[in-house]
Amino acid sequence: MDRNLIDRLAAAKAGHRPVVVATDLASGEKTWIEGGTAAGPVRVDETLLAAANTAQRDDRSRTIETNDGRRLFLHVFNPPLRLLIVGAVHIAQSLAPIAALAGYAVTVIDPRGSFATADRFPSVVLTDDWPDEALAALKPDARTAIVTLTHDPKLDDPALHSALRSDCFYIGSLGSRRTHASRVQRLQQAGFGSDEIARIRGPIGLDIGATSPAEIALAIMGEITATLRRPQAKAA
Amino acid sequence: MAADAETLTLSSDEVLRRAASWRDAGKDVAIATVVNTWGSSPRPVGSQLAVSGAQEMIGSVSGGCIEGAVVAEAQDVIRSGAPRLLEFGVADEDAWAVGLACGGRVEVFVERLD
Repeated sequence: MDRNLIDRLAAAKAGHRPVVVATDLASGEKTWIEGGTAAGPVRVDETLLAAANTAQRDDRSRTIETNDGRRLFLHVFNPPLRLLIVGAVHIAQSLAPIAALAGYAVTVIDPRGSFATADRFPSVVLTDDWPDEALAALKPDARTAIVTLTHDPKLDDPALHSALRSDCFYIGSLGSRRTHASRVQRLQQAGFGSDEIARIRGPIGLDIGATSPAEIALAIMGEITATLRRPQAKAA
Repeated sequence: MAADAETLTLSSDEVLRRAASWRDAGKDVAIATVVNTWGSSPRPVGSQLAVSGAQEMIGSVSGGCIEGAVVAEAQDVIRSGAPRLLEFGVADEDAWAVGLACGGRVEVFVERLD
């Protein structure tokens, strides 16, 4: 393995770029696969590119055998999982550390300065930008979950508009069935189709009878995990 | 050889980062990667262990049951520069003296960091 490969992987991670490194298990030669193109000494055909794409989507590295009998290891280096929380509210104080334990880089967004303070959110990235501006800067990708918790349409709605235009894998929005119904109505008026709006999980979280902020945070984290690991259940 | 809790939970890129810093400090380094698993196995495919020429290690490719053997193989890989594909299974009488207590089987690819 070339020492430089490690720097290139670190740069890809910092830039949120997913990469697959294909290694020939006989020779040790490597090919860098990114954005559907391959560069390196290991021959990669369309079938292999498709396999790399699947491995990346499933976030599962694997060894495959090619038609000409070579064994290649497809090592997936996906960007870190991220959770963007809109609303530096009580539930966010529980959700942020739970998500961090589950491996997510957490950002809390709240333009109301007195909410998003380092005191209330130790070791979390805080931003007091408006949610749509914050999300535009953070560029949510397919490894990003977005949760809105403010209950305030002025803050939640711009965030949901940005989230729905992104590739994020999970969108959840806090609020009762009634709150959610009026939210859906506003989004329809804003021009979003019902398929798009159906991406939003509301009421948010798995149905585990959660009542306290920490329990609600667990229910949300459970739902995010299920959406990440069992994407086929999304349609259900 | 026991792996402590920290080395067991290190992410792959953290293992590689430390391996790179060893290399930059002039040490010989080999990288071991789990490339295949069958049945139950303690560490998922893609898990990595970095081994130095001084037999230091960081990361893990199992719960600690095969690291010792991998570290020994890594010394040969560092000397020769030729990568090796190792296979470990439970009660593997012929090739390897160590096995996986969990009953699984793993393939580990060992290569030199140049």
